[in-house]
Amino acid sequence: MHISTRESITTEPREIGLAAKPRSPAGDVARRFVRNRLALAGLFIVVMLTITAIAAPVIAPKDPAASTLGDTRARPSREYLLGADELGRDILSRIIYGSRVALLVAVLAVGAATLVGGGIGLIAGFAGGWIDEVLMRLMDILLAFPYLLLAIAIVSALGSGVEKTTIAVAIWAVPNFARVVRGQVLTLKERDYVLAARALGARTPRLLLVHITPNIIAPIIVFGSLYMANAILLEAALSFLGLGVQPPQASWGLMVASGRDFLRVDPHVTTFPGIAIMITVLGFNLLGDGLRDAMDPRLRNRF
Amino acid sequence: MLGVIFVTMLTTELIPGDPVALMLGENARPEQEAALRKHLGLDQPLPVRYARYVLNVATGDLGRSIQTNRPVLDEIRDVWPNTLVLAVAAMALAIVVGVTVGVISAVRPYGIIDSLARVLALIGLSMPIFWLGLVMLYVFAYYFRLFPVGGTGSWKHYILPAIALATPSIGILSRMTRSSLLDVMGEDFIRTARAKGLRGASIITRHALRNAMIPVMSVVGLQFGQLLGGAVLTETIFSWPGLGRLTVRGVFARDFVLVQGAVLTFAMAFVLINLLIDLSYAYIDPRIHYD
Repeated sequence: MHISTRESITTEPREIGLAAKPRSPAGDVARRFVRNRLALAGLFIVVMLTITAIAAPVIAPKDPAASTLGDTRARPSREYLLGADELGRDILSRIIYGSRVALLVAVLAVGAATLVGGGIGLIAGFAGGWIDEVLMRLMDILLAFPYLLLAIAIVSALGSGVEKTTIAVAIWAVPNFARVVRGQVLTLKERDYVLAARALGARTPRLLLVHITPNIIAPIIVFGSLYMANAILLEAALSFLGLGVQPPQASWGLMVASGRDFLRVDPHVTTFPGIAIMITVLGFNLLGDGLRDAMDPRLRNRF
Repeated sequence: MLGVIFVTMLTTELIPGDPVALMLGENARPEQEAALRKHLGLDQPLPVRYARYVLNVATGDLGRSIQTNRPVLDEIRDVWPNTLVLAVAAMALAIVVGVTVGVISAVRPYGIIDSLARVLALIGLSMPIFWLGLVMLYVFAYYFRLFPVGGTGSWKHYILPAIALATPSIGILSRMTRSSLLDVMGEDFIRTARAKGLRGASIITRHALRNAMIPVMSVVGLQFGQLLGGAVLTETIFSWPGLGRLTVRGVFARDFVLVQGAVLTFAMAFVLINLLIDLSYAYIDPRIHYD
């Protein structure tokens, strides 16, 4: 990362006022990020979403589980800002609580995939030889299942619910993280500074933890952010099919599905949760794109 | 492929509901259960069953559906052309629209059209296709009554499912085409072509696009996986009698033989398509040879 950041600075127009001050690589990343309006929009969406999820009980106008039978599928009004669902529950409140499920599943799944997949990629890339061969063939097997079908197979085996959905999403993401990290490690381990450290007698654990890992954190953050978007979509899709998060929990995918039966007469039941999914996914995609461009523009073609 | 079969078996293996108990109902006697278990081969340990399944698959026998007692191969044979046609239609749409938009974007990078196209591409790939499908269903089938609500038949049945399925891929392909083309446009041979006095359009179509297509094609291969998976969702929404709906039906019926066969078919199709795409590189770039 050190080397690549410096190189990209020289290709950028320098601002006169800043030229005299010492510049840190982190400062450069932040500056490039702030200049990118779309990236800031993404950051804004993600921050708002996080606040919404944490403060759901404070923000939600109604109890997401309380159903008023007289108001079944009520149209949006002052009483129900986004209308009520098929059981007379406030859709806005359910969307607000649904952000908790979406974020929880995505954060846990992507976190687990980063640790497991990243670990596999680190070992495979650094060890090389037959270890690399065996590990990556295993990952190839998982990658041979088209998107969603691996998750469906896993969920059909484990059963549904929040934890099981998280596991399915994590397993789906593991091989992708392993490949990204392995690719990074393969280029890093031949770099002069790593070879120098090795020549000085650094052992494998030290090489991995001190010299290699810190330099793959940037691409991991970018990849993680883009995968948050995919993880949220996958959870929503599983829940939509009835294989993911189960009622009465408020999941956006589930809410879209529950409105399907009344689509002809009351499209608002389906529409609003879908918009919530779209804005959230868009936010993570914008953030990921922005981080990638800010950290290392040359990664653009790789993810 | 053997690994794929093993993972498929392993997952369906863990299904919590016991299919045997489910088939016989609550009042089954233990000896009935044991007999059925033996009939399904479930009394054997996993490695034995795995070996047997692999041998059966090699001879084209995927077992019988627990739910309908029809051979799984027949069930799949009935529906897979529907899924293939839908996926290919969506892929064609995604390639045509995605590459076109990407090229237009790359002609004037950072211009108004490019910015607009990039934002639209991002929105497209952020869209949950099951939701997009439902919205289109409401607007074009219920409200304007332009297209049928679901099922197969005329060409009109294809429009909505194909668009819903293709939308995320259009976004991804246009982004990929744009950035790949911009990379190529910076190369020396493009400058040479310009120096020869060639016009912009000719440079892009004859020189740049061909060289930019390799990374785009590899993404097309990966996108096919997305499309096959997405077919599960679009088929559910548009009552499309395909492999995706069959899989979902199998999952809900705890029909593990059917789910195994269907998931396996999906994985095989995906692997096969990527093989074809690898081979197509030699056509796009004559420097690549396969011996």
